[in-house]
Amino acid sequence: MIVAKRKPLGEIVEMLAPYQKITVIGCRSCVAICLAGGEKEVKMLVSALKIKNRKEGRKQQIDGFVVERQCEKEWVKEVEERILDSDVTLSMACSLGAQTIGDMYPKHLTFPGLNTGMFGVPEEQGVWSEKCIGCGNCIIHTTGGICPIARCAKSMLNGPCGGSANGKCEVNLEVDCAWVAIYDRLKLQNRLDLIENFTPAKDWSTSHSGGRRIYVREDAKLSQHQKKGKEAVQ
Amino acid sequence: MAERRPKIIGFCCERHGMDSAVLAARTGKQFDASVRLVQVPCAGRVDGIHILQALEDGADAVFVLGCLEKNCYYDTGSIEARKRVEYVRQMLAEMGIEKERVEMFNAASTNAWAFPEIVAKMVEVAKKLGPIEEGERR
Ligand code: SF4
Ligand code: SF4
Repeated sequence: MIVAKRKPLGEIVEMLAPYQKITVIGCRSCVAICLAGGEKEVKMLVSALKIKNRKEGRKQQIDGFVVERQCEKEWVKEVEERILDSDVTLSMACSLGAQTIGDMYPKHLTFPGLNTGMFGVPEEQGVWSEKCIGCGNCIIHTTGGICPIARCAKSMLNGPCGGSANGKCEVNLEVDCAWVAIYDRLKLQNRLDLIENFTPAKDWSTSHSGGRRIYVREDAKLSQHQKKGKEAVQ
Repeated sequence: MAERRPKIIGFCCERHGMDSAVLAARTGKQFDASVRLVQVPCAGRVDGIHILQALEDGADAVFVLGCLEKNCYYDTGSIEARKRVEYVRQMLAEMGIEKERVEMFNAASTNAWAFPEIVAKMVEVAKKLGPIEEGERR
């Protein structure tokens, strides 16, 4: 899932200060699970902003609610009126949600309330860790199911760097060295021979280095005719 | 002009929290009546949003009173409450609002002094800080 964090409240307050009518919109998907932009976080943010306004005697009308998935136009469309009725929308979804609203209503201001951080997983309650950077060409079948691109600070492809010590990464001693984890996992799977294999320099053209990526599934795409039909129904 | 009475909300668990207030009253201990108590089944029921909404609706200060941590009726309710109180305090600090306005306390129902002391502390904080509205502070 996509893992995000609320921006510092001071930054949000400053961002919204010039506006009178504010709509805060959360998302019930990833950011609700990582406790950054779900229903409760939206309510708490709205309340916090109102307290700040109470302190400063600022009059703002602030409304907050959540949509099912803010990165999908269909869900955003349902709350179109509430978006356009405000001076600014503060998105409490990941940046994909904020950009979906921004692209749908380009004249309307949509600001990010969260800092979108990573593709990660909940490790335990309240802890999320990065597992993938979306390189576009997955190799974890060769590395014991552990991603060396995301989990190694240097994205090493052929074993650890010289700084790996006691199972920890030299870049951050709190974090496990990805390559020690890979070694242990391959050993567990009786596949240690794989560690001998040489992986050539990665072709990054499938990752962001190749520019903005657009994936298409022709069989799922609607023809012009189908699109027109769908619009007519809506 | 009569001195402004501070507005303080206290969320008390129905076990040691509320019992300590009742014991204080029964044993004739004096405490400031500016505090409004909200009884909750367990301190762990108190969420950040409840504390924030109390401040939003006009409270000067808010406290949560639960059982002693190792003697919590529901085991971890007081521990949960303390973490949530701390989170709200951080939120206030991020916005430049005194985090002292929000506190967590633990008490045993057998200690008649605990509740009046908590009230006195919160009244002192609320009087010192005044209302959240900047313009209205003395
Ligand atoms: S190899 Fe690429 S796609 Fe696979 S987990 Fe790592 S970053 Fe993600
Ligand atoms: S110590 Fe391990 S995880 Fe850290 S940079 Fe070196 S190889 Fe990568």
